[in-house]
Amino acid sequence: MSTLALHPIRTIAKRELSGYFSSPVAFVFIVIFLLLSGFFTFMVAGFFERGEAGLLAFFSWHPWLYLFLVPAVGMRMWSEERRLGTIELLLTMPVTPWQAIVGKFFAAWAVLGLALVLTFPVVLTVNYLGHPDNGVIFAGYLGSFLMAGAYLAISAMTSAMTRNQVVSFIVAVVISLFLILAGWPPVTNMLTQWAPSWFVDGVAAFSVMTHFESIQKGVIDSRDILYFLSLIVFALFTTGVIIRAHRAG
Amino acid sequence: MIKVRNLKKTFGPKVAVDGVSFTVEKGEVLGFLGPNGAGKSTTMRMITGFIPPTDGEVSIGGHDMLTDPIAAKRLIGYLPENAPSYADMTVQGFLSFSAELRGLDGAARSKAVDRVMEMCFLEPVRHQSVETLSKGYRHRTCFAQSIIHDPEVLVLDEPTDGLDPNQKHEVRTLIRRMGEKKAIIFSTHILEEVEAVCSRAIIIDRGKIVANGTPRELKQRSENAGAVTLRLLDGSGTSVKSRIDQLPGVERSVVVSESPLTVRAYPRKNGASDELSKALGEIALKERWQILELHTEEGRLDEVFRNITLPDSETSKAAKE
Repeated sequence: MSTLALHPIRTIAKRELSGYFSSPVAFVFIVIFLLLSGFFTFMVAGFFERGEAGLLAFFSWHPWLYLFLVPAVGMRMWSEERRLGTIELLLTMPVTPWQAIVGKFFAAWAVLGLALVLTFPVVLTVNYLGHPDNGVIFAGYLGSFLMAGAYLAISAMTSAMTRNQVVSFIVAVVISLFLILAGWPPVTNMLTQWAPSWFVDGVAAFSVMTHFESIQKGVIDSRDILYFLSLIVFALFTTGVIIRAHRAG
Repeated sequence: MIKVRNLKKTFGPKVAVDGVSFTVEKGEVLGFLGPNGAGKSTTMRMITGFIPPTDGEVSIGGHDMLTDPIAAKRLIGYLPENAPSYADMTVQGFLSFSAELRGLDGAARSKAVDRVMEMCFLEPVRHQSVETLSKGYRHRTCFAQSIIHDPEVLVLDEPTDGLDPNQKHEVRTLIRRMGEKKAIIFSTHILEEVEAVCSRAIIIDRGKIVANGTPRELKQRSENAGAVTLRLLDGSGTSVKSRIDQLPGVERSVVVSESPLTVRAYPRKNGASDELSKALGEIALKERWQILELHTEEGRLDEVFRNITLPDSETSKAAKE
């Protein structure tokens, strides 16, 4: 990958970022994410009552928060380009489709990352109150960021399918929900009642829950990292296929 | 600069573009005409590499659009139909973004932005966001984007659509001026625009090229091209017509209107218009007709356009009207 190929990615990512911050999208996302994660951590999960020096109560809500918030950020990524017709400008510039896809994806991922960084007071709090394992906390952040990226790539894919942002949002939520439920204990417990164990494991292996939970516990397994990265690559690759199919008519 | 060979595009069972071939060299302005849905925009989208052709080749400055798209796209400036732009950006931001994607950096970029701002009269709205602009400004913003890198090839899909008469005039002047050094293709519905700007015109209908030539050549395909029209202060239609019909060079004549009396005479052979008008002048003098006007018809592009692009059954109807 030469610097020549990176230049358009940077240009597109910069434009997207300024787009997120010149509209309320980024601010609304960040504020709601911070409010909700605070509410769930302290009110619902009873962070103080638990008496643990860790952020399990904080991270365990992220799959559910992202379920609605990430598709809301990603839904405009391509559908807006198609609605405005700017996709015709963008793809007739001396830019390859994958440069555009990656540039847009990184910009939106950076917004999600920023929201995550802004949760730092919770890290300070837990360090003030006790002696947590900061390695585990770091792993939790890494897992959460990767999971957000996976949801985002799926939202990018669904937003390339349609010029309607609402449709894009709903389809992204449904796919993400499937990825959560496939490994959610109530579902896996139900499956073990009648299905063979290899089947249950196979389904659970597709789930973000299984992989996120093990990272959350502080175990950074390359297989879990690979799972999230391959989910991202697959969804972005499919985005490219959808865009090409759409152009070919 | 632009070479298009046997270009085809089908959408399912519908054939949008069916075997279109042409070339445009530097210094040429090619007008692209045709009814709505004829395949103009589809052809332009294939030339600019937005949609891949079903069959055929596009090459820009020697670079094939399919095998070497980036090099080909670098040479093109493109104004898509409806002039899209990012609504949330300022005019300056949008132009600067386009320049950056075109590989312009630093001082070269701000110079390019300033240049097109001046050319397209965008200075008053420099820091305004695109969504707050009027249609004319929005259109010119997108137009400015297409020329920001001073491209060798310009593809403009209805560049004067939605502009007021003054702005139309400005854009036409701009296109004509740039056409001296660039290869330009533009599509339009306005036929006078073709005469004002183009060095060559192509008429496309149902995906096929049905006419290709200079505006002058196309006009000569008009039914009335070469006919001589005579307008008199007074006189009776039938007597004047019968007198004109007796002239040796006249094939036939028609009375266009009775008051003022207007008679149109068609020459017997092509290109004999000058002799015919001379003969008409002489006979008018002899008969003491008082001439208001005597001129040779150049033919009209809209007439040619209608005759070529209407389905056969409608052509005869249109001729009767």
